[in-house]
Amino acid sequence: MLIDFFLSLKESGLPVSVKEYLNLCEAMQKGLAYGSVDDFYYLCRTCLIKDEANYDRFDRAFAHYFKGVENLDAALTKLFEKDIPDEWLKMLSEKTLSDEEKAQIEAMGGWDKLMETLRQRLEEQKGRHQGGNKWIGTAGTSPFGAYGFNPEGIRVGQDKSRNKSAVKVWDQREYRDYDSQVELGIRNVQMALRRLRKFARSGAEEELDLDHTIKATASNAGHLDIKMVPERHNRVKVLLFLDVGGSMDEYIHRCEELFSAAKTEFKHLEYFYFHNFFYESVWRNNRLRHTEKFSTWDVLNKYGKDYKLIIVGDATMSPYEILQPGGSVEHWNEEAGSVWLQRLLATYKNAAWINPSQEAHWQWTQSVTITRQLMGDRMYPMTVEGLDRAMKALL
Amino acid sequence: MKFTGSQKYITTQDLMLAVNAAISLQRPLLIKGEPGTGKTMLAEQVAASLGKPLLQWHIKSTTKAQQGLYEYDAVSRLRDSQLGDEKVNDIRNYIHQGTLWQAFNADKQVVLLIDEIDKADIEFPNDLLRELDRMEFYCYETRETIRAKHRPIIFITSNNEKELPDAFLRRCFFHYIRFPDHDTMQQIVDVHFPGLKKALLKEALQVFFDIREMPGLKKKPSTSELLDWIKLLVAEDIPVDALKSGDANKLIPPLYGALIKNEQDVHLFERLIFLSKRRG
Repeated sequence: MLIDFFLSLKESGLPVSVKEYLNLCEAMQKGLAYGSVDDFYYLCRTCLIKDEANYDRFDRAFAHYFKGVENLDAALTKLFEKDIPDEWLKMLSEKTLSDEEKAQIEAMGGWDKLMETLRQRLEEQKGRHQGGNKWIGTAGTSPFGAYGFNPEGIRVGQDKSRNKSAVKVWDQREYRDYDSQVELGIRNVQMALRRLRKFARSGAEEELDLDHTIKATASNAGHLDIKMVPERHNRVKVLLFLDVGGSMDEYIHRCEELFSAAKTEFKHLEYFYFHNFFYESVWRNNRLRHTEKFSTWDVLNKYGKDYKLIIVGDATMSPYEILQPGGSVEHWNEEAGSVWLQRLLATYKNAAWINPSQEAHWQWTQSVTITRQLMGDRMYPMTVEGLDRAMKALL
Repeated sequence: MKFTGSQKYITTQDLMLAVNAAISLQRPLLIKGEPGTGKTMLAEQVAASLGKPLLQWHIKSTTKAQQGLYEYDAVSRLRDSQLGDEKVNDIRNYIHQGTLWQAFNADKQVVLLIDEIDKADIEFPNDLLRELDRMEFYCYETRETIRAKHRPIIFITSNNEKELPDAFLRRCFFHYIRFPDHDTMQQIVDVHFPGLKKALLKEALQVFFDIREMPGLKKKPSTSELLDWIKLLVAEDIPVDALKSGDANKLIPPLYGALIKNEQDVHLFERLIFLSKRRG
């Protein structure tokens, strides 16, 4: 009886299986959700959906299929009564906007103007959609969609004290924040952490030292003498170079998270900072960068070739900074940056460059292209998929 | 047999339905949710209210699936054989039952909690597929199949540190415990502190939800932190007025260390307080 419903869930891209559908049927047969649509909705969700990231998509699919089963309620008119917190929008957009987009916003009259327009738009929507169940700006026709504050992603002005019984639960779409396709930044890095962990775990095993046990038992006149070898720890050694300052400022948050993830994952992690590109010195403490320098030669000599080299930087600079002696923006460098990078690559065969800027933009920046060539194309975007590739290349 | 919440535990309608579905269809229920929303408590409360014994299996990063079934202590058997101990003739003496075996073997139905399954190795859930589905496993050493006498009610909690395999998820029911809204929260506090002054509770909840709404917090305070904080407020006998945010000089709530536990969050918090003070 619910086959069409099941198929429509499948169509909307939810990972539902036949077994789960049969579970639902069984539960229905047992009378677990009798006579209440809400109960039925909860039961469907419990049986079919196994990840809160899919809750929102399920809500939409459910609403779509069962539209009109219950009378629509006017309670949603309350939705836009509350003002939108400015701080929130600002934070959200600063995280998601690229430079060009920020410039476009400035062109529109800056933040305040934009906020004003957004608020007006909300007002209009309130009037037009009274009693409906649609939220503002879905398909990107509104300028706000284009700027990345698709209000779908945030709970614009949701009134907390809404009368609960009056609103259909699935239309509240309370789980939109958990939809992985909406959330970009933090979840990505969490995923990255997971990839790094997968990579770090390889080879962790506990073993009985058989040879040693036999030998020890024999010399113990046949009495058993068990010898164990300590659990093998993750032996991956990582040398991490982080670009700081300048164009990297907007990626600081993500780099921080990547860094803290890496720090807890790898026992042997050595990290250094550089600015824009590699020259004769790097530093470890950003505050003491001018007084406490490490010679790049020392780094090369100190850490063996079994270290894996990970460089995090946007590689966005003037090409001279890479190719010309004396091209650095900060000091006079005797040798070109490319020479130093090649030295590093000659020592560390396993290397990857992780670039937090968008992959689609790489080809427009000459310095990125040059760096990619120097790296032998081993440049990866700082996304889940990119980090996955990077980790594979490093193994 | 139906679970309808208990005196110490407030359930929402959806959670109750999920628990009852898991009980009557005899399938494991996987519970996720923010830390401190009562995932582990749920199993304890269900066991208590249904009057069933509770078995707990806490998972660590080194836990193996086999440890939940049984462990064969080959080393002591070898030692005993060298010492000529009588025990050595029966292999059963060296098989230590794990939590799952105990649950399967119990004479009456039990509630089994597998706590924080995401802490274990990625392959861990896959090793338990048949055990959770058919509720039986084979013991190689004694050549017998252990079957559940009564299918236990199984709760599995996860903090989302690792993704669980699809095959595993398909065998479970799933529920995500949302963060409780204002009304539910009030009920929860009422249950834990029945004699609490209404005014204090109202102000405390207000402060609590305000802090949760702050953008950019790394770790939002959760239910268990709220309860701790209220416990402190009551113990220190903080007057209600101290919580009222109208007074610009006392904008930082007392004992906020119980609510905000991350150093960066404390900084952010103080900065925001400072900003709002200046505005006011």
